[in-house]
Amino acid sequence: MPFKIAVASGKGGTGKTTIAINLFHNISKEVTPKIQLIDCDVEEPNDILFFPDAKLNSAQPATQSIPTIDNSKCTYCRKCVEWCEFNAIVVIPPVGFAEINSSLCHSCGACIVACEYGAISEKPEEIGTIKQYSIDPHGIISEGRLKIGSAMQTLLIKQVKQQALDDVDFIIFDAPPGTSCPVVETVADADYIILVTEPTPFGLYDLKLTVELVRDIGKPLGVIINKAGLGDHKVHDYLSEEHIEILGEIPYRREYAAQYAKGDIFEKIPGEIKAQYKSIIQKLLVRSTSYEGDNHFKW
Amino acid sequence: MKEITILSGKGGTGKTSITAALASIARDAVFCDNDVDAADLHLILSPTVREEHVFSGGWTASIDVTSCIDCGICTDHCRFDAIHRNSFNNLEINPFKCEGCRLCERICPVQAISSVRSNNNSWFVSDTRFGTLVHAKMGPGEENSGKLVSEVRKRARELAKEYNASYVINDGPPGIGCAAISSLSGTGMVLMVIEPSVSGLHDSRRLVELIDTFSIPTFALINKYDIHPEISEEIKLFLKEKSIPLLGEIPFDKSMVEAMVEGKTIVEFDDKLEISTILKAVWKKLEDFNVL
Repeated sequence: MPFKIAVASGKGGTGKTTIAINLFHNISKEVTPKIQLIDCDVEEPNDILFFPDAKLNSAQPATQSIPTIDNSKCTYCRKCVEWCEFNAIVVIPPVGFAEINSSLCHSCGACIVACEYGAISEKPEEIGTIKQYSIDPHGIISEGRLKIGSAMQTLLIKQVKQQALDDVDFIIFDAPPGTSCPVVETVADADYIILVTEPTPFGLYDLKLTVELVRDIGKPLGVIINKAGLGDHKVHDYLSEEHIEILGEIPYRREYAAQYAKGDIFEKIPGEIKAQYKSIIQKLLVRSTSYEGDNHFKW
Repeated sequence: MKEITILSGKGGTGKTSITAALASIARDAVFCDNDVDAADLHLILSPTVREEHVFSGGWTASIDVTSCIDCGICTDHCRFDAIHRNSFNNLEINPFKCEGCRLCERICPVQAISSVRSNNNSWFVSDTRFGTLVHAKMGPGEENSGKLVSEVRKRARELAKEYNASYVINDGPPGIGCAAISSLSGTGMVLMVIEPSVSGLHDSRRLVELIDTFSIPTFALINKYDIHPEISEEIKLFLKEKSIPLLGEIPFDKSMVEAMVEGKTIVEFDDKLEISTILKAVWKKLEDFNVL
């Protein structure tokens, strides 16, 4: 079974993608070729941008089952309306109107069970695409790409995670920003969580929220401080008070930011940054070998 | 009254710092933090809370082991894979996977399942040195951020009407999913903050595609344009092609972070900085647009 690492951060733009693709690249080169990166930031999937030579293996639509009401069978009893917790169904008996609003529907199936007249059935509606790429020379990248206008990002993340391979040694999940349901979905199956932060007041505030979330879920975590040297020392103070391990610190270098901007990040990496990744990977390897395959929720 | 929403697609491009700067320039506005997931605007505006409200989030179900007859009907019906056996071999609902649809509760033949509604989310109306701020705090891992965004925006609009304010300025969430859609729908104009990187450009393209479905007047700012001038040029071409006016190009300056560390807007930090001058001009252009 692979060791699964999720890279997350409450605040956006702290460097989740940079860290995730660098770990992927360095682990595939130096530790094991059997590695998969899964881009769960389905609203803005960016990992693949940094691998222009990636070879597309497969692409498939991701769908959500949307119920529809057959007016010829509907008796307008409104039981489905009462059972729908998401206010997605409108039934107006006097005018014979019965409709389901697909943008509010969570595809829970309650209305279908509720209907005693067999008037509700489901059909698939596209919410995005799921792609898998091979990276030269090693590694697999999978991504989910939310269809523009769809609000079903969490469902798509759930489906992208099903792309996880069994015969790899490592899986890295690149999480979306935030601390709400899409992030929970991304980190739920991970064995270890890396939180990426920056040493600024925004970075610290959002880090605290994310630490609270990961502790609620009961997963082990470590922090990478990105853009180190900018801002202040309060992130460090907080982490030492909370006894949270700092896996590494990536110094802020303007030239490196420019390299990232261009999408060219694996060549000409400053030595100090290279050394940081090396030591972070060493720490992750220790984690993975002491890992016993127990991935239950510990709530 | 005009509602302006600041969005970016990609996170960390500077939405909140720029919203805060506009707050210190705009005289006549109500401010609203639409990034309810990781709300940061209050860190700069230092609000004094005047009203506090609980936002009822989704339901979470749980099973009463003593009345459960272990029939497994709930497991068969749950589409969210939330019901599993625990180490005592009892059926148990994982609260983080539970979607709150309450189907299990309704079909349980012995009424062993009940649900409680989360009241872990709050939203506030506060006073700040720049005017009124409506903001929220979501409990970790909560759902329905889109609904909470609609709720804070609704209150901000009501207050703006009450005060006869000319603007509501919304600090938007990253992404293009449910929170971004809630932040966009019905707003009067969008100000995009774009960062010159391959990801920044890629994400702003997706955002523009989303905004197009709403037909909302859109403007853009390039933040840290000099980090990669060539990509900034590409962004300008893209904006031109989409007929989105570029209102300003902000250089990279560590003062942005230094101001944040001091809890100040960039304009308060140093009124004479190039960034401050640019942002004042940006606000002027937005106001002019509103008059037309």
